[in-house]
Amino acid sequence: MKIVVCVSHVPDSAAKINIGADEKNIDKNGVSFILNPYDEFALEEALKIKDSIGADVVLVSVGGDEVKETIRKGLAMGADSGILLKTNAYRDSISTAKLIAEEIKLQGANLVFLGKQSIDGDNGVVGQLVAEILGFNSVSVAVSFNLNGDKIVAEREIEGGREVVETSLPAVITAQKGLNDPRYASLKGIMAAKKKVIDEKEVTVSEIGVELIKLKKPAQKQAGKILGKDSSAVPELVRLLKEEAKVI
Amino acid sequence: MSELNKSLKGGEFVTKATNPQTVFIPEDITEEQKLMAETTLDFIEKEVVPNLNDIDKQKPGLILSLLEKAGELGLLGAAVPEEYEGLGESFNTNSIISMSMGASHSFGVAFAAHTGIGTLPILYYGTEEQKKKYLPKLASGELKAAYCLTEPTSGSDALSAKTTAVLSEDGTHYVLNGQKMWITNGGFADILITFAKVDGDKFTGFIIPTNSEGFQAGEEENKMGIKGSSTRALFLDNVKVPVENVLGEIGKGHYIAFNVLNVGRYKLGAMTTGGAKHYIDVAVNYANERKQFGREISSFGAIKHKLAEMAIRTFVAEASTLRTSGLINDKIAELQGQGKTYSEAMIDAAEEYAIESSIMKIFGSEVLDYVVDELVQIHGGYGYSEEYPAARAYRDSRINRIFEGTNEINRLLVIDMLVKRSMKGRIDLLGPAMAIQKELMSIPEFGEKPTGLLELEMQSIAQAKKAVLMIAGSAVQKFMQKLGNEQEIIMYLTDMIIDIYTAESALLRTLKVAQVGTKNLEFYEKMCKVYLRDALDRINTNGRNAISAFAEDDELKLLMLGMKRFTKLDPVNSVAIRREIANKMIEENKYVY
Ligand SMILES: Cc1cc2nc3c(=O)[nH]c(=O)nc-3n(C[C@H](O)[C@H](O)[C@H](O)COP(=O)(O)OP(=O)(O)OC[C@H]3O[C@@H](n4cnc5c(N)ncnc54)[C@H](O)[C@@H]3O)c2cc1C
Ligand SMILES: Cc1cc2nc3c(=O)[nH]c(=O)nc-3n(C[C@H](O)[C@H](O)[C@H](O)COP(=O)(O)OP(=O)(O)OC[C@H]3O[C@@H](n4cnc5c(N)ncnc54)[C@H](O)[C@@H]3O)c2cc1C
Repeated sequence: MKIVVCVSHVPDSAAKINIGADEKNIDKNGVSFILNPYDEFALEEALKIKDSIGADVVLVSVGGDEVKETIRKGLAMGADSGILLKTNAYRDSISTAKLIAEEIKLQGANLVFLGKQSIDGDNGVVGQLVAEILGFNSVSVAVSFNLNGDKIVAEREIEGGREVVETSLPAVITAQKGLNDPRYASLKGIMAAKKKVIDEKEVTVSEIGVELIKLKKPAQKQAGKILGKDSSAVPELVRLLKEEAKVI
Repeated sequence: MSELNKSLKGGEFVTKATNPQTVFIPEDITEEQKLMAETTLDFIEKEVVPNLNDIDKQKPGLILSLLEKAGELGLLGAAVPEEYEGLGESFNTNSIISMSMGASHSFGVAFAAHTGIGTLPILYYGTEEQKKKYLPKLASGELKAAYCLTEPTSGSDALSAKTTAVLSEDGTHYVLNGQKMWITNGGFADILITFAKVDGDKFTGFIIPTNSEGFQAGEEENKMGIKGSSTRALFLDNVKVPVENVLGEIGKGHYIAFNVLNVGRYKLGAMTTGGAKHYIDVAVNYANERKQFGREISSFGAIKHKLAEMAIRTFVAEASTLRTSGLINDKIAELQGQGKTYSEAMIDAAEEYAIESSIMKIFGSEVLDYVVDELVQIHGGYGYSEEYPAARAYRDSRINRIFEGTNEINRLLVIDMLVKRSMKGRIDLLGPAMAIQKELMSIPEFGEKPTGLLELEMQSIAQAKKAVLMIAGSAVQKFMQKLGNEQEIIMYLTDMIIDIYTAESALLRTLKVAQVGTKNLEFYEKMCKVYLRDALDRINTNGRNAISAFAEDDELKLLMLGMKRFTKLDPVNSVAIRREIANKMIEENKYVY
């Protein structure tokens, strides 16, 4: 069986992010990029199936040349091959989903794993959009997954508990933390990845529904002000709450 | 190949310049090497760090299971050739793995002893049968190894070991008797690389399985640091070792002991450098979090100075580490190209750069000690508490200046090896030393001040090399074979040489990076400028101390004049530069160089 795992190349969450001069991109200078952590759970789940019943695990990613580094990491963890849908154009969630869905059709895969969201854009919808476009069943935010023939039993995380769901292939699953414990890329895996193929396909982004206008940093928290240490400060406090903060 | 494009021979850096294009620098690390570093760092973060308290309590089985996990990932077999079921990674790749292991505390010590001094003797000197029998299992972690050189009465003076080996009458085995001391992994190793004297004087290596009758391990030592690393005395009481377990030739054990230490010393430099990088992250983090007097302590100049100095020394250490790695790596390839086996090439390449490896051992261990000391200081009272990582880092760093040859022994070795190589004609120190004597008598030339990137600094390095050669030349003339008795002078000279090698390495890294361009170039340049000026001041002080110890009258005057001439450099605003270097890290909340 063929399993597609979608992976994205995202800034390390520990990195300090600055907004680039065009206000639409982050300043990539000095920022290290990683395989989106939720995609690691997605990939691990696919690799577990490969380990138990055998599967051809294909990584799909959309983006520029730099994304190959992340695909390589996935190959080092054990995926069989990678496909880079190459474009540097701005994409919203639906345009990304369309590109991915098109490729999944070509691949003829009937099981697809993605992370529940990528930690850069944080839209958290690409998986469901892909399922919709392809007409596949969809389980989002999965924390457990079990495949038996073409039957799937999964658990989803919901507020304060878990939901047990059942569905069947073809299906798109989005992975949540807790689904599994992603493996390390072993040194052998890293060497083997060198010989695996990354197929690069130039793609064009269809029309965009949601335009990015600009990126903004969260407002800086103002330093607190100490007005005094005893009741004599109360009148000033009341005045500021009324006139400056305008909360009373 | 033009002279400048060839790698220098070991020790030749004392007289010759290096082409920046020929050095291996962190910016040359490949995508695969980066992934391997990532795997190593991930492993430490997820498997080792959460368990540090239990590791330090020597929770039974814990360090063994961690070693085995590391084996599964391929970390134990990275240097073992593929034919023995390792990965056969290059020396450079192994350097990067060692650096990445730097902040793994006791685990790192167990790892280094197993993969380094435990495994390499068999890889380098084992027979084909020994290699086939042990290397695959050492690479996977199924077997764990220890290296037993030290004895209660022979530490630095390793060759005075008293353990004896007597051949049985039927010639099938040796009977070993003696005691080993301070043996890392001694509590759980399956095999011991051990040294003993055959017929009273033939120092010889043996592979001893620890399930041999008559073998016994003592109690765990109660140590200052690396408490999770097993360290024990081992007792050999009529232990029978089959003749096929003799390692190398009878009477040639010292080659094994010393050549393996050459690699071990280099690697210790790499590991300590990696540790320093990590602990700067921790220091910057803390300084950005902790507030006193209403501000983050990272906003205080006194703290910025510390952070910057930690970064500068670590930057220099990393440049020096990889430069040395690259030299050994390329030499291995060259020797293999000439038909040597992998093992022969490894041994010879490590021997060729033994001087540089000793320098890295000394420098790396002293940089890390500096970094963790300031780490504690930046933490204030919390640095003294076991609730924070600083205290453990401080305790665990200290051992590095003691094992793998104390830093004093390594300092002695640097000069000893240089003098011997010069006498044997392996490198030419005499010619350049004579030229300097002549130069001293002539009037200095004042050329145009160079304006290229770090060009002035590169000239200063060349001048500082003259200072070392001048003093070493005069001291050798004065003391001849008895120079060895003048240890203080030797220490001064080695310190001068360390400053030269490390400062030059930082300059070379920066000049090479300048060719490709990097976001950090301006910071690299500034770190070089500050470090070099401090190094020149130290070189000047060390040089004058050395000269005063043996020169008089006219010679004293002449040499002192030479020191002035060879260590002169205009000052820079080091306060402003250090602030910039610190600010960049404070802003990004980590070590960024
Ligand atoms: C935690 C730990 C782990 C170890 N692991 C191992 C291991 O796995 N295998 C192993 O074989 N050994 C191991 N050792 C031993 C270690 O290599 C020795 O402790 C070290 O070589 C120093 O020897 P020593 O302790 O006998 O000190 P000494 O040799 O007594 O040295 C004491 C002091 O005298 C100085 N000194 C000695 N000789 C000279 C000289 N000629 N000139 C100037 N100064 C000199 C030294 O520099 C030092 O400052 C370990 C030690 C420790 C503490
Ligand atoms: C074992 C132990 C026993 C102690 N016993 C006592 C006791 O009996 N009674 C008691 O009252 N206290 C006691 N202390 C507390 C001790 O006095 C404080 O730890 C010490 O004053 C430092 O304060 P701090 O730990 O908050 O560090 P911080 O003040 O947070 O300092 C952290 C770092 O920032 C630096 N720093 C702070 N402010 C500035 C500045 N303005 N400019 C530049 N650098 C700055 C410091 O030098 C240090 O390097 C004890 C602490 C320990 C560890």
